[in-house]
Amino acid sequence: MNSAGYGSGAAPKNSMIIAELRGVSKRFGEVCAASDLNLSIGEGEFLSFLGPSGCGKTTALRMLAGFETPTEGDVLLDGEVVNNLDAHVRPVNMVFQHYALFPHMTVAQNIGYGLRQIRPRIPKAAIAEKVGKALATVRLVGLEDRRIWELSGGQQQRVALARAIVNEPKLLLLDEPMAALDRKLRKEMQIELQNLQRQLGITFVLVTHDQEEALSMSDRICIMRDGKIIQIGSPQELYDRPRNRYVAGFVGTSNFFDGKVTGASQDLTSVLLQNGAEVTGRAMAEVSVGQEICISVRPEQIRLCRDGEGESVVVLNRIFLGEHTEYLVMHETLGEFLVLSPRQSELNDGPFNTGDALSAAWDVSAALVLDRN
Amino acid sequence: MKLYAVFVYLFLYIPVGVIALFSFNAGRHASQLQGFSPKWYGKALSNPFVMDALETSLIVAFVSAFLASLFGTMAAVALQGIKGPLRKTFDLLIYVAVMIPGIVIGIATLIGLVTVFDLLNPLLAALWPDGATPPSLHMGMGSLIAAHAMFLMALVIIIVRARLAGMDRSLTEASSDLYATPFGTFRQVTLPLIFPAVLAGFLLCFTFSFDDFIIAFFVAGSETTLPIYVFSSIRRGVTPEINAIGTMVLAVSLVTLAMAQILLRRGGRTPK
Repeated sequence: MNSAGYGSGAAPKNSMIIAELRGVSKRFGEVCAASDLNLSIGEGEFLSFLGPSGCGKTTALRMLAGFETPTEGDVLLDGEVVNNLDAHVRPVNMVFQHYALFPHMTVAQNIGYGLRQIRPRIPKAAIAEKVGKALATVRLVGLEDRRIWELSGGQQQRVALARAIVNEPKLLLLDEPMAALDRKLRKEMQIELQNLQRQLGITFVLVTHDQEEALSMSDRICIMRDGKIIQIGSPQELYDRPRNRYVAGFVGTSNFFDGKVTGASQDLTSVLLQNGAEVTGRAMAEVSVGQEICISVRPEQIRLCRDGEGESVVVLNRIFLGEHTEYLVMHETLGEFLVLSPRQSELNDGPFNTGDALSAAWDVSAALVLDRN
Repeated sequence: MKLYAVFVYLFLYIPVGVIALFSFNAGRHASQLQGFSPKWYGKALSNPFVMDALETSLIVAFVSAFLASLFGTMAAVALQGIKGPLRKTFDLLIYVAVMIPGIVIGIATLIGLVTVFDLLNPLLAALWPDGATPPSLHMGMGSLIAAHAMFLMALVIIIVRARLAGMDRSLTEASSDLYATPFGTFRQVTLPLIFPAVLAGFLLCFTFSFDDFIIAFFVAGSETTLPIYVFSSIRRGVTPEINAIGTMVLAVSLVTLAMAQILLRRGGRTPK
């Protein structure tokens, strides 16, 4: 249980492994962009690299594509080491962040570009048919003779997608493909991309810094920081069993209370918080007495009510979000923390206003004892 | 200050205007305007010496511009792959090459070529089979083209480099990702995108070579280009015929430069 949170995620479940990173490191001069990456990607999987900019996620993607050669370790495609194979001989295609569509070609010419490079040559009619199919898949029929600059951002994105999937690659790499789209379009594209992936059965590897995007689309997420993989797992695993404070903070929001372990028994750990309060929580990794840790409690795991058991808190701020209401509350010893209340509890208890004195409570299992890093 | 600028421009352009005006002079004196007539244009164009010089100039300009564009583009693309101090050194040398006065290039090329010819000619003679006359390398069309192409290459490198630098690097990566070989990428992506700059470079080189007097004067040998012809006939006195030739050269240069400028503007405006 203890190590299950991050140890199990490195390999996909129930599928053939199609690509693999084995102890891969990449240094640019003094800078280590990626260090000791170990990861297997399964056939038909949707995997995301999630992390802030400069965490090495794009470097990892570029090593899979063949634009960078690892300094150490091996990149495997279909069980073969491809470290020194140039991008143009790898059966992998990429959707670039700014699409990188060829401005001197029409939409159809852009999409057919990859097919035209294949030797022996594919007959023109066959290329045209495949391009037509790809256009239909991304719903751009009728735009084949348009120039790239005549298209909207969303349409350009679809052309970039079509240009990659028309080659039926083993692996489709997506480098922040939605970063240039506005919020509404991004939501639509996310759904579309997910449908496309199920429909085609191609393995997708996405790089993103948008946690919502990663959570909503991926089968597995690989969280990175400073060139290292911090945790790999399904979105639920990462949310429910984060390995450390960094993951808990990056996947969703959470309240953190710093403290020291005072006692550990089975699953439960007692913690003395810095402000003197004593809390019991569930340890996510092995802890020892005296260890400096932090406690994480998700805002939606905290219940607020007018008169009930729990700690007494005062409402400092209230933000109505529709089906939820977000409260910032103040506790005498714990300090400020966030609570996300479902609409129903407000309907039952009446709206809580700024300055109201309430009680807040959470289950012991909701308090996660985490590594501080 | 404004007035000052006006005077500067007047000083620069009045002589040019006067030449263009006097080329339509009906009289036979260059300094007296006696009515308008295009007859000197006809005279210039029917003068066999002028036509010979024009032909030489056109061939030299065309071939040297072509060679400069070809090798300049190749060099620019190659330089794109170099980084660090080596690249800085190359950049510096290219700018220096453009800044060097024509007379220095002329003298240096002349000395260089003469030295090489003096070394090679006896060698060729020794290697040649008995009986046949060995070829003798000498100044002429070849040396003219070589000198111009060398000097103009730097210009093409600068123009094409600017265009390459403005090109999205991910375009060549995308091409490579879509299975194109490095040469395939160059042919299908890089070249079409930098072509306006290459063509503009060609046109600029063409005018530079077509107008050049200083370098040509040193390395032309027995060949006569149009500027050399103009220079030598001025020593016999300025006639309206010279004015007519000058005006035609000016017109060709201006049109070519304008075309180059339009190409560079259009090429630089990458549609997003």
